[in-house]
Amino acid sequence: MEAIGVLMTFPMSSYLEQELDKRFNLFRMWNFPQKTDFLKENSGSIRAVVGNANVGADCELIDSLPHLEIVSSFSVGLDKVDLGRCKEKGIRVTNTPDVLTEDVADLAIGLILATLRGICECDRYVRSGLWKKGDFKLTTKFSGKKVGIIGLGRIGTAIAKRAEAFNCPISYYSRSEKPDSKYKYFPSVVELASDCDILIVACPLTEATRHIINREVINALGPKGYLINIGRGPHVDEPELVSALVEGRLAGAGLDVFEHEPHVPEELFRLDNVVLLPHVGSGTVETRNAMADLVVGNLEAHFSKKPLLTPVV
Amino acid sequence: MEAIGVLMTYPMSSYLEHELDRRFNLFRLWNFPHKTDFFNDHAASIQAVVASTQAGSGADRELIDSLPALEIVTSFSVGLDNVDLAYCKEKGVRVTNTPDVLTDDVADLAIGLILATLRRICESDRFVRSGFWKNGEFRLTTKLSGKKVGILGLGRIGTAIAKRAESFNCSISYHSRSEKPDSKYKYFPTVIQLASNCEILVVACALTEATRHIINREVIDALGPKGFVVNIGRGAHIDEPELVSALVEGRLAGAGLDVFEGEPRVPEELFGLDNVVMVPHVGSSTVETENAMADLVVGNLEAHFLKKPLLTPVV
Repeated sequence: MEAIGVLMTFPMSSYLEQELDKRFNLFRMWNFPQKTDFLKENSGSIRAVVGNANVGADCELIDSLPHLEIVSSFSVGLDKVDLGRCKEKGIRVTNTPDVLTEDVADLAIGLILATLRGICECDRYVRSGLWKKGDFKLTTKFSGKKVGIIGLGRIGTAIAKRAEAFNCPISYYSRSEKPDSKYKYFPSVVELASDCDILIVACPLTEATRHIINREVINALGPKGYLINIGRGPHVDEPELVSALVEGRLAGAGLDVFEHEPHVPEELFRLDNVVLLPHVGSGTVETRNAMADLVVGNLEAHFSKKPLLTPVV
Repeated sequence: MEAIGVLMTYPMSSYLEHELDRRFNLFRLWNFPHKTDFFNDHAASIQAVVASTQAGSGADRELIDSLPALEIVTSFSVGLDNVDLAYCKEKGVRVTNTPDVLTDDVADLAIGLILATLRRICESDRFVRSGFWKNGEFRLTTKLSGKKVGILGLGRIGTAIAKRAESFNCSISYHSRSEKPDSKYKYFPTVIQLASNCEILVVACALTEATRHIINREVIDALGPKGFVVNIGRGAHIDEPELVSALVEGRLAGAGLDVFEGEPRVPEELFGLDNVVMVPHVGSSTVETENAMADLVVGNLEAHFLKKPLLTPVV
């Protein structure tokens, strides 16, 4: 398969890069600042694209690769892949579900605890020598708080399971009610936000869910409410969130994603009641290796004319 | 009861201070720099001590002996290493603590420390705030789900930690003074065996003479360079210089610490490390729990002075 051209869009994983390089003719898109020239010279041999949450496969890229057969995304979210265009052109698409579910759910709980219990703020407090001057302030208990989850898919369900161990009552919103679920369903995000103490975004990013967290939802969540985002930055109307936090209309937020990563609104840097992470939901050695194996496995299956491991299109 | 003298050893809670002040003749020990004069003037009217965990704020032999009218010590904590229990027993002084109401908070913090340490949450927050994300991605960290968690002490708090860790698909093992026949978790008869068989070792037992420095060099070696220590017990559970050198030398993967041997002093060598999360003894420091602990202290004092059964007696 060494003649097969595979285009990697972003340096998402050195392990993956290595494994692709061993098996295919690997092109690293980030090494070619002059994209038009690069594509002109090499598009003839590129049959696969490996993208991720930073740089996927949009219409423009797809159209510039006439021999493209498969897009293998190093992510479970597919908001950066033009699925409609792929379908139209008969291009297969795979993602990396399941292998990252636990890590993302773990991080959601980690963000809740870090935000409510002020863990990062506490660590700063100790490191700056302030403890010698006085005790830290009181924070907010997590156990028993009402947790509302937007999106009860694999990740939402894993978050719910963990939150239940903290005796949290769980409620959710999703496109349709899940009949087998023991959790309380709310037919709108505003109702979910009104009812819960901690609102977690865990749904895919689509046109319907863009800015699903808007001013109305933030008001419904209220000044004692917390927002946790482990979905995508565009799920949240970011300027609205920032002003709510700065003005004290929300108690706090734990954010792993932002509208224009890696740019983070600097007003947030002054706040102690936010925890800001650089999109690390699946960022463990174990999980990134598993994701890489799945990407490679899907490509090998495709080019060996075997069934794809985790097809979406 | 306003004539009853109650001595608060430390400003542990303004809500508690307020509630005690309303009911009793409250003495705030921290306002009296000349302790001998204070005891000379007021000891005779003090019938109760409200103790806390800060250094010098417990009820030791010296304090007990300075208060001839002392009838009860109510500790604002569940741990009682700060109270001379044997001497209280000897002198017929009752002792109460604050169990149960703080169990969830401490267990929550243990999990929070595990996640913050393994997933480097505080370090990545610093990474974002310092603008480094624009220059490149954060490093990869370590997954929690499915790891082997070893708990030292399977009491109320240890059990609550185990319940939470189970939801992360962690396998749970423990060591305690004796095996718990009803427990579904795997028992190890020594701390070394527990440390050898787990990846994350959590200290959740009471501090006694037997458990002082229970985490020593041998245990740290058994836990190994991929192992993590989380301490939500007492600083003295760990041989701190040994822990510090293990972390500095990379013989442990990381540590999440809520307590330290010389609180509020923390070994400064730790400040240079990214794989350590340090919090200032905040295990039960939420508004909700502090209020519940305060209500329990007041409840115990009222019960005592009304000659009713104590709510949470230990002695």
